Amino acid sequence: MSDLSDLYQEVILDHNKRPRNFHVLDSASHQAEGFNPLCGDRLHLYLRVEDDVVTDIGFQGSGCAISKASASIMTDSVKGRPVAEVQDLFRRFHTMVTTPPEQSVEDMGKLSALAGVREFPVRVKCASLAWHTLKAALERDPIASTE
Amino acid sequence: MTPLAPAGTPIDIARIRGDFPILRRQVRGKPLVYLDNAATTQKPQVVLDALLHYYTDINANVHRGVHELSGLATDAYEGAREKIHAFFNAASVQEVVFTRNATESINLVAFAFVRPILAPGDEVLISAMEHHSNIVPWQIICEERGARLRVAPIDDQGALMLEELEALIGPRTRIVSIAHMSNALGTVNPVEQIVAMAHARGVPVLIDGSQAAYHLPVDVQAIDCDFYAATGHKLYGPTGIGVLLGKTERLEAMPPFMGGGDMIRSVTFERSTWNDLPYKFEAGTPNIAGAVGLGAALDYIEQVGREAIAAHEHDLLEYGTGLLEAIPGVRLIGTAPGKSSILSFVMEGIHPHDIGTIVDREGVAVRTGHHCAQPVMDRFCIPATARASLAMYNTREDLDALGRALVKVREVFS
Repeated sequence: MSDLSDLYQEVILDHNKRPRNFHVLDSASHQAEGFNPLCGDRLHLYLRVEDDVVTDIGFQGSGCAISKASASIMTDSVKGRPVAEVQDLFRRFHTMVTTPPEQSVEDMGKLSALAGVREFPVRVKCASLAWHTLKAALERDPIASTE
Repeated sequence: MTPLAPAGTPIDIARIRGDFPILRRQVRGKPLVYLDNAATTQKPQVVLDALLHYYTDINANVHRGVHELSGLATDAYEGAREKIHAFFNAASVQEVVFTRNATESINLVAFAFVRPILAPGDEVLISAMEHHSNIVPWQIICEERGARLRVAPIDDQGALMLEELEALIGPRTRIVSIAHMSNALGTVNPVEQIVAMAHARGVPVLIDGSQAAYHLPVDVQAIDCDFYAATGHKLYGPTGIGVLLGKTERLEAMPPFMGGGDMIRSVTFERSTWNDLPYKFEAGTPNIAGAVGLGAALDYIEQVGREAIAAHEHDLLEYGTGLLEAIPGVRLIGTAPGKSSILSFVMEGIHPHDIGTIVDREGVAVRTGHHCAQPVMDRFCIPATARASLAMYNTREDLDALGRALVKVREVFS
């Protein structure tokens, strides 16, 4: 039996209470809207990509503690990274949260705070919402989305 | 049929709980506290027995075949129709049409009754508290026909604004379709008054009884609605069986909704003619066991007593309202006078989804989310609520368990 504290770790509660990069980015070159129709979570993600590097990122929206903390930690983790690295991070994060609880997973630093959702299958989509929104934003044609 | 328990006779809660086998199970090592009845109710043993008996001893197809079992299956299926007829006090048994659920019942009316008469510029009138099932079918036919969906507003307590509703009933209104009781707020609408308002202007009315039918005594002749939709799985019956109650003259005038076996009188490649009511609307082999199970469920409800159930649930609603209001940071959504059996709430700074996960760890089942009523959430400027919803087998102890679990929610987020 998993413990609630595996899911609601201190770092998650902290990011929920004080989300990082929780703002609109006026200079965004990419953006996307993420929506979780089942629970009504909405997330708007803003990215500035320069020379294939995510130079700035921000988000707005409403959601549960898991989705908000995941978005906050994600923005912290990808800021300043090349797009290729971000895409690799998406794949590794996805593997981490979808690996069955009895199997071990890679240590992803502060992103590992979200590994607890593996014990709560219905909450995996909460943790993944921000990442899917990020992927959607990056996959838009950069020319079409550049202002 | 067992007569109604006289008003004021309390229900025997221990006996009732004993009748529902699922209430004996544990969830996450704790006794199940089931407070998600607005989504679906649990099933008493008599319903489970009826299903098993049907498939063990009777199973055959209905309305065809001269053999013994086919006759028994037809009797069981039509016997269930008789029970529904009595339960809702429909004018005649041919006014009871079996469907899969209330959603199908509403779609039947939208597509077979309203769509053929809907012209560009016509209007369909609903309310701001409707479930998606009483919004989307109308949107589909309105878009197709160039008609307009009008929405009567609700106030800050979640009560329907009747004057505004009345003002929206105009010469182009082709139907008024309103929930008897809101699944997200618990508001009970004055359906008799609404029907009278619409009929005064010659407009037919559909009442969505999904939530009301298992909480309140429903008399469709007293309401005088043209159509009433209900679903079996909230009436302590099986999933996959619902009903549409329709006035004979309305049903007679309608074309079939679906074509197939059982709904025809004769078929040639040139032309088919339709069966009598209600079979015209029951194409294909129906959910016979589901109907039989629903019949057993209605017998059970009558045996406990509908007035007594309503009184018990009203006591729980008042108790639960006081209990939730005493928890710091909890705000009830839906406080209309005369509401029933639903405690929808938010907690300051804590998303309902997190509430749901944490109380689940205490064995308490509540629904969290928009409850298929996104416009209601938008009306109150919230993304979602947590919802505890009551049934006849709930107790004050269940609500106490919810209260303790909510204190735990606050601790996690302190």
